[in-house]
Amino acid sequence: MKVEIDNLSKSWDGVIGADSITLDIADGDLVAFLGPSGCGKTTTLLMVAGIYKPTEGTISFDGRVVNEVSPKDRGIGMVFQSYALYPHMSVFGNISYPLRLQKLDKGDIKQRVQKVADMMGIGDLLDRKIAQLSGGQQQRVSLGRALVKEPQLLLFDEPLSNLDARLRLTMRGEIKRLQKDLGITSIYVTHDQVEAMTMADKIAVMSKGILQAYDVPEALYDRPKTLFVAGFVGNPPMNFFDVEISRANGEFRAKNQTIDLVIPPDRAEKAAAAKGQVTMGLRPEDVNLTGDSSAATEGHTIAGMVEVVEPLGREDLVGVKIGDIEMRVLVDKTRGVKIGDNINLAVDTSKIQLFDPETEQSLLWA
Amino acid sequence: MTTTEIAPPLRPVGRLPKTREKMGRRFAYGFLILSITPILIGYTWLVVATLSFRTEGLLPRNAEGGIGGFTLRNWDFVTDSAIWNAMLNSLLIAVAMVIGVGIASTAGGYALSRMKFAGRKGFLSMTLVLHAFKAEMLLIAIFFVLRFLGDIPIIGDYIGFNSVGGVALVMIALELPLGIWLMKGFFDNLPWDMERAALIDGASRFRVWWQIMLPQVRPGLAALSLFTFIAGWNAYLVPFTFTIGTKVANMPVFLNQLISDTAPTNWNQVAAVGLFQMIPLLIFFIFTQELLLNIYAGGSKGT
Repeated sequence: MKVEIDNLSKSWDGVIGADSITLDIADGDLVAFLGPSGCGKTTTLLMVAGIYKPTEGTISFDGRVVNEVSPKDRGIGMVFQSYALYPHMSVFGNISYPLRLQKLDKGDIKQRVQKVADMMGIGDLLDRKIAQLSGGQQQRVSLGRALVKEPQLLLFDEPLSNLDARLRLTMRGEIKRLQKDLGITSIYVTHDQVEAMTMADKIAVMSKGILQAYDVPEALYDRPKTLFVAGFVGNPPMNFFDVEISRANGEFRAKNQTIDLVIPPDRAEKAAAAKGQVTMGLRPEDVNLTGDSSAATEGHTIAGMVEVVEPLGREDLVGVKIGDIEMRVLVDKTRGVKIGDNINLAVDTSKIQLFDPETEQSLLWA
Repeated sequence: MTTTEIAPPLRPVGRLPKTREKMGRRFAYGFLILSITPILIGYTWLVVATLSFRTEGLLPRNAEGGIGGFTLRNWDFVTDSAIWNAMLNSLLIAVAMVIGVGIASTAGGYALSRMKFAGRKGFLSMTLVLHAFKAEMLLIAIFFVLRFLGDIPIIGDYIGFNSVGGVALVMIALELPLGIWLMKGFFDNLPWDMERAALIDGASRFRVWWQIMLPQVRPGLAALSLFTFIAGWNAYLVPFTFTIGTKVANMPVFLNQLISDTAPTNWNQVAAVGLFQMIPLLIFFIFTQELLLNIYAGGSKGT
């Protein structure tokens, strides 16, 4: 089922929850609504569900405007962060509730519930009370309840936030696989950008009620259009510096008190058109320690002092003080970097991002 | 060569030495026993009084003045239909109150907790203010209301002045502010997500209230019902003011009629009737002890 959200807004007494959200979701896609707390992603989700009435704008399912349609008639299933199960009913009672409300035949209900429960891996827990289940099992019951109605649209509101890290990893894969197998259009709200990147076909990044970007994960990562998207997508986050782009001797340089880097011309040309002061973004993985033997290549390195070393097991996340900015870099752990070391970092300048400091728009991507 | 000394065993932090603890406990028990003693003495007298001709202090005495005089004469009223009529009235009032306050409070509490409507805030503060107005202040005003109700054709006889229905209505109205506030509080503690899930599953607003929300506030509703029943069973002022005679009297009013100004009051009989009124409540408490203890458990996940 296609979902079209057009100019959707929601406000209460002057407080704006969502502001003119417009995006289209193709049939069978999993779209993530990604953003920090309070950005409006849950508000938008609840409007699509029919729980909130939009202040402005329309929501359409397969071309049909559903603003006035009540939640139960929209053909949706929803999975909540808190599971939202009914504690006074058994697992069977919970999963069968939507079907019982439709007054279906008892035998039919039993069959469908068993099928969904088996698919969720909880087929033998149907008689248990909710309180007797673990968090992961409760989440599966919640998912089962959403799927038993055979909905056209699946809505997820941070479903994995209450689970431990290990379980989150496995459930992530399971939900993605399930969604692909069943081909149900889904909207997945999360503040965890790793979840969004790994699961979504397209990500809608939101901040303060406004849609910042709506694109495939790879585009958001490599070609972020705003400062916010660049800083939010990607873990560890991008480092930002205020620099001035100048042209000298046929090459472009980005300079500030502590940095002097040569920028590749294709990137710099677009930036030079700006007033000169730009915000430069650099991802931690695009920076590395220079080899001990090689001389520091002028114009391609940054020097700084190590302030923090966080061993990640696979590599080290090092905080390097450069001027007043602390830059985070991912470094090969065998180099044995220690606090207090003065180090030189080699920068892959072809991956630099440049932004206008006032409008926060990217200077590289339209 | 170094020797390591073994340190003396440490006391667990926060506990006093053994003797101080014992003393503290003895003091606490002593204080408690001392405070309960007058009440225990009172109840003992009550039971003894109902079974004796007369009492001197706690000792039963017979007509001659010696120890003894055990008699069941004080319990003669049990054969008289007047007391059973009074008990029936008490029961009717109490049950009507439980039903009336229960329905109005759960419905009103849910609406105030979950729904947005014009005047919601005003209504909320009004219930709090109303709770401050005790029955004593409103007696005369209520009299006029009951008289008006009594003039309504057909049902007027049952809900007007000097009727059980009228008394019940007034008692319900006086208990409602507390009931609504209590239930609103319980509904406030329930998660919104459960309701949203039910709405998406296909439940109507009414079904959500009846099938999903009410079962969650069951302990709260039980507590409210208990308080309301007790208030109804022991109600004195309102039934006394708005009924005349013995036909419509409830038990406390009946009891009051035994205490007359003209003839010497037979206190032993008064004690018997009082104990008689207490017995159903005692039985009720004994049987619902488990339910009561359960009220302390919360309604959220894990408790």
